[in-house]
Amino acid sequence: MTAQTAVAVPAGYDVEKVRADFSVLREQVHGRPLVYLDNAATSQKPDAVIDAITNYYRHDNANIHRGVHLLSQRATEEYEAARERVQAFLHARKAREIIFVRGATEGINLVAQTFGRTNVHAGDEVLITALEHHSNIVPWQILCEEKGATLRVAPINQKGELELDAFEGLLGPRTKIAAISHVSNALGTINPVKQMIEIAHASGVPVLVDGAQAVPHMPVDVQDLDCDFYVFSGHKVYGPTGIGALYGKAELLEVMPPYQGGGDMISSVTFEKTIYNKVPYKFEAGTPDIAGVIGLGAALNYIGRLGIEKIGAHEHELLQYATERIGKMDGVRLVGTARQKAGVLSFVLEGIHPHDIGTILDQEGIAVRTGHHCAQPVMDFFAVPATVRASFALYNTKQEIEALAQGIEKVKEILG
Amino acid sequence: MAELRDLYQEVILEHSKAPRNYRTLAAATTKAEGFNPLCGDRCTVYLCLKDDVIEDIAFQGSGCAISRASASMMTQSLKGKTTREAEELYERFHGMVTGENGGHSSDVGKLAVFAGVSEFPARVKCATLAWHTFKAALHGEQKPVTTE
Repeated sequence: MTAQTAVAVPAGYDVEKVRADFSVLREQVHGRPLVYLDNAATSQKPDAVIDAITNYYRHDNANIHRGVHLLSQRATEEYEAARERVQAFLHARKAREIIFVRGATEGINLVAQTFGRTNVHAGDEVLITALEHHSNIVPWQILCEEKGATLRVAPINQKGELELDAFEGLLGPRTKIAAISHVSNALGTINPVKQMIEIAHASGVPVLVDGAQAVPHMPVDVQDLDCDFYVFSGHKVYGPTGIGALYGKAELLEVMPPYQGGGDMISSVTFEKTIYNKVPYKFEAGTPDIAGVIGLGAALNYIGRLGIEKIGAHEHELLQYATERIGKMDGVRLVGTARQKAGVLSFVLEGIHPHDIGTILDQEGIAVRTGHHCAQPVMDFFAVPATVRASFALYNTKQEIEALAQGIEKVKEILG
Repeated sequence: MAELRDLYQEVILEHSKAPRNYRTLAAATTKAEGFNPLCGDRCTVYLCLKDDVIEDIAFQGSGCAISRASASMMTQSLKGKTTREAEELYERFHGMVTGENGGHSSDVGKLAVFAGVSEFPARVKCATLAWHTFKAALHGEQKPVTTE
């Protein structure tokens, strides 16, 4: 290791101490220490999150917003405290602008099926980008098909960056909503969302931002962005699977019809007429994933203690190091070389299919994602069937990137 | 590491780099498309059947070393066989790579090099994509088959 490639550790960030917070990182895989570089698929959970969930079930389990008994009150308090935690995390104006959903996917479907069905009609248009995950394509296709509307797609360049002029050119009087990713899951490109929102708003078009790949890496301020909707998944940000959040501007949420009917989303029900509950409860039908919400709150507290800026700086150093180290290896071609990137190094190896690479790396204890990353249009654009994706989290180290580089050498030795 | 060498045997690597019968068949009497939606592998199998005999067979597609080698060696194994013999070979091959018959590789001839696949459950679909596609062609499936 030369001095030039040494990674500067952000002041006050002790990665070894952080690693001790994650029991799973002490796992052995095929007899080797786990090198977990599949964080864009799902991150590992710190013990604090696992403990919060266990603690809830051991001591506080009860249904929320109902019983007068003590446990119900405790469960309700913890649940609503987590909502305030998400509000603070996204810098939303009000806690009632946060709706708990199963994940980013459900958040997008909720908006497509409520705001979308109310506002998109025959001949209208929905604008997305060529960088989207299937979860920000398919819900809009379903809506467009139902309504006779058209899905428009803003193109990207060879670096994997959005063509901003083309995006602007596609906004028209027929555009009823734009749905854009904050960070691309397949390539790691950071979109200039604040600028995109400003451009869209100038044409009177509301904007949904898919923040699933952004919130683990950077501070997000929905008021500063001025986005109309923002979604993310808990499990990519050190929380449990099956829980996520949708932020929506209160004035929009209030006039949107409910997503699902059931308990908790009503204020009164007769067979003749039902009056819906106020926001956010109108959108949270049925008993929610209470433990998941509490786990998500614990995950955001954990991030808050480390500091999202410090986490972002650490990951940025890792990405720069990996880009340099892996990108210069013989036969490696990086896919996605945007100037602004977060967390993701996607690449192909000449003459070797990503699936074979994944199997050999796994034998070395290294977990990466191989495949199309639920972004087949992105793969088509770069004319590759699949890529290898290494994605970084707050607990990854330079040594692990070195292990990946050694693993790639092994792949070339076996299959080259 | 012994297991990796079991999976990526020389014969498999050689076939993946220079697959046999990798072409279209102008005279094909039937063909089918196969797709593995998880990894994006694609495969088209062309068959030229005369009465009950596979007179010629070829494939095209994109995929990993295992799927290319499997398709290549499948075409070699099936040429000249009756459709019944082919289906029986499929059953034995499938049993071998899924480990259902205890990892035995009897009566599969050269295809025994794929026995190591049973140790890698995530890769079974790579080894069987061409075979599923072959069966679809044989039975005249109109829609692309998927491994899911």
